[in-house]
Amino acid sequence: MSEVNGSNGASLNGHSLLSLVPKTEVDRTAKDYKTDQEVRWCPGCGDYAVLAAVQGFMPTLGLAKENVVFVSGIGCSSRFPYYMNTYGMHSIHGRAPAIATGLASSRPDLSVWVVTGDGDALSIGGNHLIHALRRNVNLKILLFNNRIYGLTKGQYSPTSEVGKITKSTPMGSLDQPFNPISLALGAEASFVARTIDSDRKHLTSVLQAAAEHPGSALVEIYQNCNIFNDNAFEPLKDRSTKAEAIIPLEAGERIRFGADGGKGVVRDAETGELRVVEVTPENESDVLVHDPHAASPVTAWALSRIADPDTLHQTPIGVFRDVKRPVYDTLMREQLDLAVDKKGPGDLGSLLTGSDTWTVA
Amino acid sequence: MTRQVKQVKQLDRVIIRFAGDSGDGMQLTGDRFTSETASFGNDLSTLPNFPAEIRAPAGTLPGVSSFQLHFADHDILTPGDAPHVLVAMNPAALKANIPDLPKGAEIIVNTDEFGKRALSKVGYDANPLEDGSLQAYNIHPVPLTTLTLEALADSGLARRDAERAKNMFALGLLSWMYHRPTEATEGFLRQKFAKKPEIAEANVTAFKAGWNFGETTEDFAVSYEVAPARLPLGTYRNISGNLALAYGLIAAGERSGLELFLGSYPITPASDVLHELSKHKNFRVRTFQAEDEIAGIGAALGAAFGGKLGVTTTSGPGVALKSETIGLAVSLELPLLVVDIQRGGPSTGLPTKTEQADLLQAMYGRNGEAPVPIVAPATPSDCFDAAIEAARIALAYRTPVFLLSDGYLANGSEPWRIPTVESLPDLRVEFATAPNHVNEDGTESFWPYKRDPETLARPWAVPGTPGLEHRIGGIEKQDGTGNISYDPANHDFMVRTRQAKIDGIEVPDLEVDDPDGAARTLVIGWGSTYGPITAAVRRVRSAGGEVAQAHLRHLNPFPANLGEVLARYDRVLVPEMNLGQLAHLLRAKYLVDAQSFTQVRGLPFKAEQLAAAIEEVSANV
Repeated sequence: MSEVNGSNGASLNGHSLLSLVPKTEVDRTAKDYKTDQEVRWCPGCGDYAVLAAVQGFMPTLGLAKENVVFVSGIGCSSRFPYYMNTYGMHSIHGRAPAIATGLASSRPDLSVWVVTGDGDALSIGGNHLIHALRRNVNLKILLFNNRIYGLTKGQYSPTSEVGKITKSTPMGSLDQPFNPISLALGAEASFVARTIDSDRKHLTSVLQAAAEHPGSALVEIYQNCNIFNDNAFEPLKDRSTKAEAIIPLEAGERIRFGADGGKGVVRDAETGELRVVEVTPENESDVLVHDPHAASPVTAWALSRIADPDTLHQTPIGVFRDVKRPVYDTLMREQLDLAVDKKGPGDLGSLLTGSDTWTVA
Repeated sequence: MTRQVKQVKQLDRVIIRFAGDSGDGMQLTGDRFTSETASFGNDLSTLPNFPAEIRAPAGTLPGVSSFQLHFADHDILTPGDAPHVLVAMNPAALKANIPDLPKGAEIIVNTDEFGKRALSKVGYDANPLEDGSLQAYNIHPVPLTTLTLEALADSGLARRDAERAKNMFALGLLSWMYHRPTEATEGFLRQKFAKKPEIAEANVTAFKAGWNFGETTEDFAVSYEVAPARLPLGTYRNISGNLALAYGLIAAGERSGLELFLGSYPITPASDVLHELSKHKNFRVRTFQAEDEIAGIGAALGAAFGGKLGVTTTSGPGVALKSETIGLAVSLELPLLVVDIQRGGPSTGLPTKTEQADLLQAMYGRNGEAPVPIVAPATPSDCFDAAIEAARIALAYRTPVFLLSDGYLANGSEPWRIPTVESLPDLRVEFATAPNHVNEDGTESFWPYKRDPETLARPWAVPGTPGLEHRIGGIEKQDGTGNISYDPANHDFMVRTRQAKIDGIEVPDLEVDDPDGAARTLVIGWGSTYGPITAAVRRVRSAGGEVAQAHLRHLNPFPANLGEVLARYDRVLVPEMNLGQLAHLLRAKYLVDAQSFTQVRGLPFKAEQLAAAIEEVSANV
């Protein structure tokens, strides 16, 4: 991986972060990560698939189960911690990244996961999300994007397409949606990926990469709300359309998609922008090779803009960006260590006395 | 420095106010005079008063910044009602402060700033130093700027830089007038300007020149001595409320064995606590400057979940933003300190001025039934003990706790008898380490809401503890298991149990100061009004009046004997810097005809004013 802003060698020792979390002494299975609580999402909800994938994936990390924490905000997906037999907190709307920041930055021995939704992370909690990402706090943020408010029964969300007819927008929504990937990249995120609830294999591979990443990882999961926004991602799931709709991003591979890889992403020589072309023997070598480790986020951001926000036609899926840069929690801990080195461990008696005293005898 | 024979008068106390433009360095001047006075051994109390603007337009009334210091050879309680001496660096400072001066007060003015433009800027048609309008006062006209420039003629400094040392000239003059020790100030200046030695020397030179000016000029015929105060035995330092509060938090961390985590967003007048704690990372204090008030408390709560001593510091507007998270902390039943350094409200209000109008916000400002204990310090140095007491309650009862200081305590200072570490309370906590419940099938499990029968506190099981994995959240939970529950009876039970836990917190009984036991009027206050109320009570008693006094440190829950105390008196007077918030609580809870005496001027009460109020109420008994 390339190193960005790599001034501090110790802070960049990324793989050591996961190694700070104690390993499990007994082999765990998905069953160990399930609680006795009845899962109360609507039948057919995409959240079930994600929950199963996460429960299946966590044992593969080999971490001590008691050192894993799930923190969520409010929304359908935020019930997630109640179904994970780890430590967990179901907090308040939008604040999970802030709460998790305090936990992660003071407990390097924990693997801290945030579960949030498009309303929770991008609307009421937008501020906390972007600041957690820019600080590069060691959090793994799973953003369930169903492009609708489900728990409040169907209002448009900050990722809903313009003109969305909902209970609160009978004549159509007016506001331009966020593109969560673009937003995260703009917020200096060091790891940004997108995956789909129904593609368990891809979802698991992205979770793996996120878990190993030192610092903040944002994983956008396209998740179907079959009650209030059914089939929102159908073009990406339907066998007959998905080959044309999904642009798979794989590190070191040319970005090609479509039936038989007939389409590719190239950089326009004049404008510098990315565009989709029919691949021919002549232009085949112009097709971009995906490099999530590129120091500059420019190409990752350009990739995030390829999809049309209304139709999601031609949507890149995979890891957009995965770079190492200093992790907030580590830097904070290093300052404490440095202060102890320089001044010695704090001595309360001498602190209280100070340097300017007088004695009444 | 040699001394000519000039008259020396003995005084038992003096009140000095330094006043000038925001850029004149009056706060620094006051701080230095305070340090000199503290090291001399007087008792003292200070009142900084400055505008919210960093640099209001020069020479205007809104730009005036002042620092009042009261020092004495006996114990004193307030920064004083009316200054005996005013140092006015410009016409604006004179005009803004003259209404507070008693006739006969001494006024030292910088005549260099009394030009026509400066006078007209604040509405003086004629020069008040020449038109006879100040005859009632003892004026010392001193060309402070000119004298400073002359003293620094050889310094090589540009005029602009040299002029800036005039506050040190004034400090030197006042230091001569009141026989203050000077070595520490010289050392302070050399350290403060260590990177600019020429500036350091210029300030020291100006400071000495001011001293020598007093010594030699005939205008100052008298100097004054105020003997050291006879305070209880011990080692003392001068301390401001915010510094004491920061030290109290560090002490609470040390005494509990928990690392301190501060999540905070800058806000006046609380930022100094963030600044101070940031300096002490060698105590493994983590300070997190959050993106907003909500993230500040959120991070502190997250740290508390992880087993740290979580703290957030703010002022009233910040509390409003944190309310939802405080409610979450009530529901999660995790320890958390919420420090509110109150300022004038509502909304942005008076950011740099004091008020105690957040009591009801702290008491009730949340959705649902969300009781939170409240502790309020009485004096600047008491902020240390109050912070430790707030931590005790938070840790023992697993609850967020409000610590209600205010701008007057935060920035004011007084001598503090430094406690030994061993004398501080032991705040150690025990985390849960094992299952606490046996299921029907004989297996064991951990119930996060199974309570201690005495305190009703729930166990604190931190992540990383094997076998105690559990989930908590803001949704109502089933008693014991903590699982989500919408059951009506369970909710009723949980709401009442959370309330009972707070109501059952053990707090010391209220002490009443009623020397002869004959008083029929009780004056009761809370927070920073302690000094003015106590000074007023002394006045009333020395004039032959009888009045009892009590001061509340715990506002929620109230001390168990409060109702009985209130019932003992025919009249109950409640002075507050709000419109009667404590009085409202007392009347509601104890059905007592408590009378309010209120003021919301952004300034502490004056003892004289309170004494008159007490006498009036007492007279009607």
